[in-house]
This record gives sequence, C-alpha cells and structure tokens, in this order.
Amino acid sequence: MALSKRQRSKVFRGVQYGVLVVVLIVIALVADWGTIKRAFFDFEVMSKLFPDVIFIALKNTIIYTALGFTVGLVLGLVLALMKLSPVPPYRWIATIYIEFFRGIPALLVFIAFNFGIPLAFQVRFDNLTTVTIALAIVGAAYMAETIRAGIQAVPKGQIEAARSLGMSQGRTMATVVIPQAFRIILPPLTNELIMLTKDSSLIYLIGVQYEQLELTKFGRDAMNQYRGMTPILIAGALYLIITLPLGYLSRRLERHTGGKKVS
Amino acid sequence: MTEPAVVITGLKKSFGPLEVLKDIDLTVASGEVVCIIGPSGSGKSTMLRCVNLLEEPTGGKIVVNGVEMTDPDVDIDEARTKIGMVFQSFNLFAHLSVINNLTVAQRKVLKRGEKEAEEIARHNLERVGLTDKANAMPAQLSGGQQQRVAIARALSMSPEVMLFDEPTSALDPELVGDVLGVMRQLADEGMTMLVVTHEMQFAREVADKVLFMDGGYVVEQGPAAEVIGNPQHDRTKSFLARVLNPTHVDDVD
Repeated sequence: MALSKRQRSKVFRGVQYGVLVVVLIVIALVADWGTIKRAFFDFEVMSKLFPDVIFIALKNTIIYTALGFTVGLVLGLVLALMKLSPVPPYRWIATIYIEFFRGIPALLVFIAFNFGIPLAFQVRFDNLTTVTIALAIVGAAYMAETIRAGIQAVPKGQIEAARSLGMSQGRTMATVVIPQAFRIILPPLTNELIMLTKDSSLIYLIGVQYEQLELTKFGRDAMNQYRGMTPILIAGALYLIITLPLGYLSRRLERHTGGKKVS
Repeated sequence: MTEPAVVITGLKKSFGPLEVLKDIDLTVASGEVVCIIGPSGSGKSTMLRCVNLLEEPTGGKIVVNGVEMTDPDVDIDEARTKIGMVFQSFNLFAHLSVINNLTVAQRKVLKRGEKEAEEIARHNLERVGLTDKANAMPAQLSGGQQQRVAIARALSMSPEVMLFDEPTSALDPELVGDVLGVMRQLADEGMTMLVVTHEMQFAREVADKVLFMDGGYVVEQGPAAEVIGNPQHDRTKSFLARVLNPTHVDDVD
C-alpha cells in the first residue's frame, strides 16, 4: 500500500530520531566514563581553582575585553567617519587599515604589538596597555565597517531636516546621525563584543603575572599544575557566563529594532 | 512696503546633464503666501530646496531677508536658522521625543537655555494643537500629527520664512485637513510662506500668489484666482484640468 506524502515524511522523521538515539548510545558506550570523570570533573581540583578563577581570571577577561572594546569602538568610529569622508586620503587610510587588520589573524597583531613595537620604537608598554591596544586595533577594523553601514542606514531626510534647522555637518552627525546609527547596529556590535571576549585569550602570548591572568591562560596554567582537564572545563563555562547573556541581549535588541538588516 | 523676503533671480540648477531649473525669477514680499504648482518633474521641489541651499544652485542668485544665500562665504547654518522647512516625509528625528525634536536645534544652534527652549516648544505645540503629545515618540504619531510636529519644530526656531515641500502628499486623505488648517492659520498670522503643493483648494483660498511651473520654467504667475480660475497658457489649462477633474482627463486632450 502506498503511503501518503504526510505519512512518508512522518516515517522519515522517525528514522532521523532513531539514528540520533543510536549515535548517542554508541558514544555513551564507547566513552571511558571513569577517565572522563577524573579528567574533567575533578571536584578537588575545582575547589582549588576558586576563588581565583573568578576574582582574577574572570575579572581580568572582563576588564581586558571592556577596555579593548571601548578603545576599539572610538577608533572604529573615527575610521568609519574617515571612510565616509569626502577627503580621498582619509578614505584610503581607513580602507587600508580595515582591510589589513580584518585580513590577518588577531594572533599576529598581538605578536607584532608585543614584540615588534619595542624593537622598532624602543618603547615598552605595560601588559594592560598592550592587550587593550592590540584588542582595540583588531576590534576597530571590524567595528568600523559595522558603524559605517549603520551611519549610511540612517535616512537622508534626517540629515536634511537637521541641516535645514541650521545644524552644521558635524553637529548633525553627532546629534542626529550617530545616535540613530548606533541603535541600528547594536545587535552586530554585540557580536563584536563576544568576539573580542574570546580574542582577549590571546594575552597568553605576553608573559603576564599571576594577578593578570585571564580565563584561558589561567585554565592552561592550572591544567599543567593539576594534570587534568577540569580547569579548561571551568574556564569554558565562565566564558559562556559572559557570552551567553550577550548573545541573548543581541537577539533581544534585534527584535527591538525590528531586525533591521545591516551589512 | 519693506524689502522683499525672498528674491530669486536667474536661478539655474542642473543634475549632471539634466537641466531641472532653467531660469527662475521670483520675488516674495514679506508676509506673502506663494503656492507653487505644476506637474511632477517640473522642478518645483528643487526650486524650493534651492532657497535654503539644500540643493546648490548651478547659477543665479537667491536673497532671503537681505542675506545672499548663494554667496560662497555666507554662514549657511546661521542663514538657515531663519528659514523653516517642512518636508513631504516629515523627517522628525526618530530617536527623540516630540518635545526634544522641538528643542534640540534651539539649544544646540540658537544656544537657547533649556527652560526657554521648552517654553517656546510648548507654545508651538499648542499652535499646532498637539500639547498632549509632547512626550510621545514620532513613531507613535499618525502622519498628520507628525507633520504638525514638524511644522512646530520649524516654528520653534522663530523663522522669518517657511518653506513647505509637498507637506500633505504623504498623508492619508482624512489627515490632510489638520495640516492645511495649521498652515492656513500660520498664513493668517502673517508668516511668509513658500508652499509646493497639489492642494488646489488650499492654493486658491490661502495663496496671495500662485506660480505654475513646467519644464524648469515659471510658465505663469499671478493672484490665485487668476492662475487657477482663469489660466492663460495652454499648459496651465491642461494641468489644472487634469488635477481639478481627474475623471475627465480625456475630455481635455
């Protein structure tokens, strides 16, 4: 007897669930649960990690990210305005900057900044400055494009209205265009913040003291010390504590702004 | 009679190879209401936008209240504070409440104090009949209300001339009356107004002078009763026939 279309798709759906269950069972049987528990869920190690993992590592991750994001946002705004400038050299500089720093791994920027700048200019920044500037340089390249798109998404009539009221070009930008642009780009900006949170782990390249450790480096050091994966698990969980609410916020904002697409 | 409010001489405007305004002369006396009518693409909006230099004229001279707008060294921002403009699409600042829409330029451009700016704003909201909407956001208002707020915003700068660029074209028919009512009242108070419009009734009743434009020229101008009631040129006649009697277009051609 031939099945109707609805019945066929029902059977097919059932088979999919079946396969999924089988895969999960196989993984559960093959895995070495004893070792997994010892390696990842060593409660004795966990208890040793606290409170430093919160009050040093998590705190530093947040500080580095916040500083890098703030400086990067300002730099990104400047680059976005340069890219929209009627002055050609400004546009060229902004374009070159954005293409360059978007195109190379953040890791290289950290290396260059930490080892290259002291060699080239005989200056040494402290670690906090280094990580802030390196994150800002990388973040700004991405944020500049987002901000530029946001500025261009503000309707032209808004600018005409502001100019007709006697506002200068600069004042129009500051009081009318940029506030509206940021409303439009809040969701994508939240994504940049999540990316920077993870990029802050690149500080491991710089020899930092114990009080300056952030989550990833803290986790790696603890892993070597205690011979187990538990610290990595904890570090990962703490990243999620930062990034999941941000992701949720981003989705909420997107609904709020009507999911206006910016690209 | 005092000096004229707006004097336009030999105004030309091209967009690339497209010549939109070919040679426009217009004098508007202080307190006069001038309605500009004509088919779309005739250049009437462009001409209006040249008055406050939202469009840069290609040639000619524009003087508003003694200030030459077309002088390259004019302080254009300062000059624009005396020329209010109302747009077809309202263009209220979407991120600001109604009251802030009315105060932002007063405070940042005219450097009025917060209290003074708010007082003037509330007075102008009263003039357009929207006192109760002071704290609303533009998106919460109907089109007609938004346009009245836009008029109040322009009035809050205490302008000497008001420009209206098809102020009712984007409105639902039943909301047009409120906006025209506000404009009529403004005219009665003696405001100098340049109005680009398709509202013939309004032009007929309120305008001191009506300008018919077509193809980048002023084809005909004069008192409203003459231009609309007794047009001399064929182009004016056929345009008016189409506008006033859209269901009988075939009879004219």
